[in-house]
Amino acid sequence: MSTDNKAMGRKHHFAHHFRSAEHEYESAKQGIWLFMATEILMFGAIFAAYAIFHSLYPSMFAEGASHLDWRMGFINTCVLLVSSWTMAMAIQSLQSGKGKNAAPYLIVTLLCGAGFMVIKYLEYTHKFHLGLYPGKWFTYEGAQHSNLALYFSFYFVMSGLHGIHVLLGMGLITWVLIRTMRGEFDEHYYTPVEGVGIFWHIIDLIWIYLFPILYLIG
Amino acid sequence: MAAHVQTGKNYINEFAGLKSWLCSLDHKRIGVMYAIAVGIFFLVGGIFALLLRTELFSAGPTIMGANTYNQVMTYHGAVMVFMVIIPGIPAVLGNFFLPLHIGAKDVAFPRLNLLSWYVFMAGSILAISTLFTSKIDTGWTFYTPYSIRTSTATVTMVVAAFIMGISSILTGLNFIATTHTLRAPGMTMGRIPLFVWALYSTSILQVLATPVLGITLLLLVAERTLGIGIFDAALGGDPVLFQHFFWFYSHPAVYIMILPAMGIISEVITTFSRKTIFGYTAIAYSSLGIAAVSFFVWGHHMYVSGQSEIANVIFSALTILVGVPTAIKMFNWTATLYRGSIQFTTPMLYALGFLFLFAIGGVTGIMLALIGLDVHFHDTYFVVAHFHYVMVGGVLMALMSGMFYWLPKMSGKMYQESWARISFVFTFIGFNVTFFPQFILGSMGMPRRYFDYLPMYESLNRISTIGSYMIGFGFVVGLITVIRAIYSGPPAPANPWGGKTLEWTVASPPPHHNFDVEPVITAGPYEYR
Amino acid sequence: MWWLSLAKASSFAPTQATKIAAEWDSLYQFLLVSSLVACALLIGGMIYFVTKYRRKTNHDKTPYISHNSMLEFIWSFVPLVLFLMMFVWGWSLYYDMRTVPSNAKEVHVYGQQWLWQFEYKNGKKLNNEFVVPVGVPVKLIMTSKDVLHSFYVPSFRIKQDVIPGRYTDLWFQAEKLGEFHVFCTEYCGLDHSKMLAKLKVVPLEEYETWLATTTELTGGPGAQIYNDKGCVACHSLDGSPKVGPSFKGAFGKNSMMDDGTEVKVDENYLRESIVNPNVKTVKGFPKAVMPSFQGQLSEEDLTAIIEFIKNQK
Repeated sequence: MSTDNKAMGRKHHFAHHFRSAEHEYESAKQGIWLFMATEILMFGAIFAAYAIFHSLYPSMFAEGASHLDWRMGFINTCVLLVSSWTMAMAIQSLQSGKGKNAAPYLIVTLLCGAGFMVIKYLEYTHKFHLGLYPGKWFTYEGAQHSNLALYFSFYFVMSGLHGIHVLLGMGLITWVLIRTMRGEFDEHYYTPVEGVGIFWHIIDLIWIYLFPILYLIG
Repeated sequence: MAAHVQTGKNYINEFAGLKSWLCSLDHKRIGVMYAIAVGIFFLVGGIFALLLRTELFSAGPTIMGANTYNQVMTYHGAVMVFMVIIPGIPAVLGNFFLPLHIGAKDVAFPRLNLLSWYVFMAGSILAISTLFTSKIDTGWTFYTPYSIRTSTATVTMVVAAFIMGISSILTGLNFIATTHTLRAPGMTMGRIPLFVWALYSTSILQVLATPVLGITLLLLVAERTLGIGIFDAALGGDPVLFQHFFWFYSHPAVYIMILPAMGIISEVITTFSRKTIFGYTAIAYSSLGIAAVSFFVWGHHMYVSGQSEIANVIFSALTILVGVPTAIKMFNWTATLYRGSIQFTTPMLYALGFLFLFAIGGVTGIMLALIGLDVHFHDTYFVVAHFHYVMVGGVLMALMSGMFYWLPKMSGKMYQESWARISFVFTFIGFNVTFFPQFILGSMGMPRRYFDYLPMYESLNRISTIGSYMIGFGFVVGLITVIRAIYSGPPAPANPWGGKTLEWTVASPPPHHNFDVEPVITAGPYEYR
Repeated sequence: MWWLSLAKASSFAPTQATKIAAEWDSLYQFLLVSSLVACALLIGGMIYFVTKYRRKTNHDKTPYISHNSMLEFIWSFVPLVLFLMMFVWGWSLYYDMRTVPSNAKEVHVYGQQWLWQFEYKNGKKLNNEFVVPVGVPVKLIMTSKDVLHSFYVPSFRIKQDVIPGRYTDLWFQAEKLGEFHVFCTEYCGLDHSKMLAKLKVVPLEEYETWLATTTELTGGPGAQIYNDKGCVACHSLDGSPKVGPSFKGAFGKNSMMDDGTEVKVDENYLRESIVNPNVKTVKGFPKAVMPSFQGQLSEEDLTAIIEFIKNQK
């Protein structure tokens, strides 16, 4: 509403139903955290399903994990951790008035996200090549456990859903990057960057759980 | 307020044209848009209900075949649950009155609010679109493995439910942030109206439970497209796990439906008793208590599903606990009537009807919570009767009560009392005629979702069908009364009922920005001294 | 306790045919009576208050009563105690329902769309009806061949879902002779409401002679497959259409398909309809309902069932 205020130029003012910019910032941040709660619960449910099936067929999960390359997973974990750090630095530079540094940090974050997806792509194509598809499409010949397909169902659903979130996150980062480069943010107003940052950290956090349960525990 | 009465500017006439509505960020206009959408879907769901009852008028095929019946049964459930009762009170009346009740100019995120409406409409239209393709016959619960094997448009319907879930999450999130951050000066959490407390508890449920439904529905889609096998016994999965996931959402969803209804009842009963609510704190905390316990009782939908016996006993014990806060509310409302000054307007009649029906719904709920007793009742008409007593007798009675209570505020017009009362009489009596016999049918062992039944159940089914026509007639009269009021009703004063909450301090209909001067609150919401 | 008989008269529960059913009925009676009292208090109070305190003038003053801790404690605590008491009663009933006596006779039950199959230890198989001895505990070991079903005997007040991929069980000890209904109570598709079975309770000696006699099916191995594979659920032999077309006089005729083509019912058409049933659907019947029997029938079985259909003239 009040962003249309031409007198303010491109600088953000606060919407009419808030008392002050701080008031708006508080509300926005609460909204973002509530949304994160929904993300965590959504992944929480599938983690619960994983736990149930893991207790039913522990040997199947062990066999499944042996088909994954933990080094790839580890590299991806590192890539995401770096991206989380650069994201935090982008926000910090905005907060401390060094808005110019924010854009490069965001670009690095974006590149890390892309790197993550490239590695994921390599892993996926390798699995497809072997016939390690989910569920009824599973064609791999050398499976020991009769339900190995179920492991790959979990693998593809969990990492796939996470991957979709990484792509969404990359889209959001691109959006705040463009706005940052237009100079729309400064130490007084950087709510969207902070929101996207929180989202990115949560994605990272979910991967930090996914990596051990898919690649290591087995 | 006086200034607005003179200029005649309000949220309805401040801007004109269809676009000014479809792009409006005003919570009041969005509430009205929800009202129109939900109203249309209610008619659709209602027509399905009448078709079902007509089919069940006599044993054997009456007006349709088994296949059509199963589809109609599914659409009645899915439309009423996902498109009417869940969004009904929070998205329509909540959107309109939450900011007014706490002295705010809007909800915290107006754009998100408009987005929720569009997301809801997208999901609804997708759901309705399946009617013109291969339809769906799984029942609204989408139980696996039937939903994996049936050849009908399950994927489209499930995606539609997922999309509507997103809308529900966004509304809930918006309401929580609004309640936390946008209260007027002096409006402490101990002074917000009970309707707000109810919406607040509901929103917590929406935000915390809906994501689980989301992932469950996504897994079901993946099951049908990729055959991932998590819910398919043939591939090593567990079909019962779907029920756990489904009810982890859908049981709290029951309270997403009923809690706001209870909020309306608290408002209406105080206003028309012209007396402060009895036990404000108890009612407020019992809403939160119900919301909290509701996360741990989903298993009572699964007493005979094959889950472990210990789980059954624990779920039974926890379920029985929900009865306590519910009973507290019932007693508090009744105590509020004591020494009041009771006026029998239509909203009050609907509210009293709610108390009557909810009492019956409540005691039968206790019967169903008891594990040994439920084994016989499970999946029979007893369950159908019980949840219609709480969902229709509870939620729809409250929704009608709220609609008539706030119609003067929303539209700026008064409705005609005599016609509204006729509508109440028909819905209330018709409701009991329809659903009370179903308790008996359930006791006699008639299973639900039956297209055909044994001849011994026929006479009670006939009574039930006749009752459903009475309800249909009552709702049509109610609808006509509302439409007539909007078009040709006499103008409503700012406070026609003598209410004490903040929405009655502004003009009817309210101005675009709700309050010209931010209100400062110095006392509780129901100060009738 | 005269008022208990009031509730008994109005309980409307079906014939009470086991001890569990009797226990169930007494709990139900207790709840009916206490519910009646609770509703009378609540609704009665409400009606009394609204008539007594009707608005008299437009300036009525009402007292400011915000709460009453004692009263609120009582109406929270008393229901809690009552509810917990009911819960314990319900629990003990459930305990009895789930504690299977060790001497129970076992019968296997298979649910499939839309048929109940019963299999005794000596290999005797029946569709949609079974026989049990009176006064002897019987345990049903149940599983499903396709989707969820639920096995429900109203007169015994017992119910249990039947799930593919695992066994669930149920037990009862019938105390009354006669025939009882078995319903499917978990929605299972098109003919869910037709998935009924008959349970016959007979004296022990009669049961044993019945069990020992094996009735040879007329119609050879094809008839056996027709019954065991559940063709009987959807295809009649007397010409009446059920979910699918009747087998009577089907062979050799020209049949109209729902896409308007006419197909001659010969051996190869029948084979296709069994192995790949959704390629062609006879006009007037629902699509995509029949499961494929590919891999479930040997060549000999296929020939046998096709010969069986040919013989239904």
